[in-house]
Amino acid sequence: MQLREDYSNLIFYLSPLVAVALTLFFGSFIFLILDLSPIESFKIFFISPISNSYGISELFVKATPLAIIALGLSYCFKNNIYNIGAEGQLTMGAIFGGGIGLLFNDSTSVFLLPLMILFGAIGGAFWASIPAILKTKFNTNEILTSLMLTYVALFILDYFVVGPWKDPEGYGLPKSMPFPDAGRLPVLFDGLRVHIGVYFATIICFITYIVYNKTLFGFKLKVSGLSSKASQYAGFKYNNLIFYTFIISGACAGLAGLFEVSGPIGLLYRDISPNYGFTAIIVAFLGRLNPIGIILSSLLIALTYLGAEDAQLFLKIPSAVGFVFQGLVLFFLLGTDFLNKYKVSIE
Amino acid sequence: MNIELIIGILNIVLISTTPLVFAGIGELVTEKSGVLNLGLEGLMLVGAVTGFITLVLTGNYFYSLILSIISGVILSGIFAFLVLNLMTNQIATGLALTIFGIGLSAMLGKKFSGTPIEGLSPYYFIVISFLLVFSVGYFLSKTKSGLIVRAVGENHNSAYALGYNVIKTRYFTIIFGGVMSSLAGYYISICYAPMWQEGMTAGRGWIALALVVFATWKPWRLLVGAYIFGGVAIMQMNLQAFGVELPGQIFNMMPYIATLIVLVFISSNKVRLKLSAPSCLNIPYEKNS
Repeated sequence: MQLREDYSNLIFYLSPLVAVALTLFFGSFIFLILDLSPIESFKIFFISPISNSYGISELFVKATPLAIIALGLSYCFKNNIYNIGAEGQLTMGAIFGGGIGLLFNDSTSVFLLPLMILFGAIGGAFWASIPAILKTKFNTNEILTSLMLTYVALFILDYFVVGPWKDPEGYGLPKSMPFPDAGRLPVLFDGLRVHIGVYFATIICFITYIVYNKTLFGFKLKVSGLSSKASQYAGFKYNNLIFYTFIISGACAGLAGLFEVSGPIGLLYRDISPNYGFTAIIVAFLGRLNPIGIILSSLLIALTYLGAEDAQLFLKIPSAVGFVFQGLVLFFLLGTDFLNKYKVSIE
Repeated sequence: MNIELIIGILNIVLISTTPLVFAGIGELVTEKSGVLNLGLEGLMLVGAVTGFITLVLTGNYFYSLILSIISGVILSGIFAFLVLNLMTNQIATGLALTIFGIGLSAMLGKKFSGTPIEGLSPYYFIVISFLLVFSVGYFLSKTKSGLIVRAVGENHNSAYALGYNVIKTRYFTIIFGGVMSSLAGYYISICYAPMWQEGMTAGRGWIALALVVFATWKPWRLLVGAYIFGGVAIMQMNLQAFGVELPGQIFNMMPYIATLIVLVFISSNKVRLKLSAPSCLNIPYEKNS
């Protein structure tokens, strides 16, 4: 085993495909164990969910938050900073932005939605700024702090929806009043749930591409990701980089959270996110921290959510099977990376 | 408020805190050797479901315990292979393990959800958990192997230069942590609940992770911390009994906030950090470098 000198771009971008293929291979064993025909099951899992316009719309509904969060996270990960608290930042974005929607719940103004979006991003950025400040001022491990803050944020949301923001006409259920129409995200097609968040994801992808390839900031991220010592030697302010990358990823997660509550959900309640914040970490890795790769991997992972729902309906297996596939694909991806970094020879 | 109520509450605290002690002490040993395993929640769930299914199918407590332990060995063995041999990112691998474990346990347990079983008395496990904490404390500070574990976690290159096998040591600590997590899960589904329900560990894996930091990687502090966290959680459920008018969520978030404060306190001073956290935590080890 030795380090590769001829670092291969081809293998780098091919390994996600290998990981997906291995996941499907192992997945078919799981279906066999469950006494299901693998081919039929894969059809239900991966093809039937997107065989009509409603399904394709749902694919984008799921992929939008994943892509937006993962694009934001890629800034941190490129810089070798592990923000794993996107779920909490998403929740904070939903609380801040959603709070504005509830505060002006009789508003019909066209400015309401932009204000909610703004506050969503601010909420997420604010929550991400805490681990950033702790890291830069007190040298605190950002992995642990961002993770702890996720659970704090979830309890804050819980407090609001069972306490002050509970819908008085909601039969005592832990949910808020619905947002006014002016605070709802416009849908792209009548009757489908796919919303203008798709445009935001596309724009963020485009901006990220430019930042990574054409700007000094992108270059600094790349350098400090490879070696924080080199970046400090070059005179880059490393602490500022940590701070900015946290703020960007937090704002993206907050945006995604606001889009969820003001788009498909339409109000605040406990379970606004089916683990999007954690799953987006898989999306970011699977997309190789490359903006276009992230869009593709977000669509693939979104499909595991949809497939799992269909599998529950038609195959009578729990929708958690989607998590099995998500976990497997990440295992295999991380494993195949080894071949990318090292040459293996049998001695 | 009367004496029976207090004793009743203490009893509940004792019973409900034990899984935190198991999972926490396992993770403590893993982290002491320099590996951060975020897969606790997944390991606990799979340990819980395999123990439960085996018990339903065979009716034998011993077999169910063994199978639960084996599930922990296999899953943490996979984790160890990935992070030690393939040198994958520990954070991502741990998260993958958690996500995988949540999914796998739900899938396996579907048919058994709601099946009634006769639970095992929790008191054996409570006694074992105390003994375990003291043995780990003794192991880490008084035995040669324990010192090797700590040396590997403090500086793996020096430990290697001294002739210790870093990878082998970490295999042991990771698998020990995995087995402890599955025992925590086994306890939840067989003694504490006793039943199986999807996602029934309810975030205890994450609390155990916080607990190790809160205890600044010291076994006896972990025991104290576990009972503080467990006590706070029970208090939250019995707020009326204590005449407290605070929202319950404040109690729920306390373990996490307390851990944040401890983390800031130990990290803000370089000497203090060196004395508390294993220096090589989450730093990959490349044998040929």
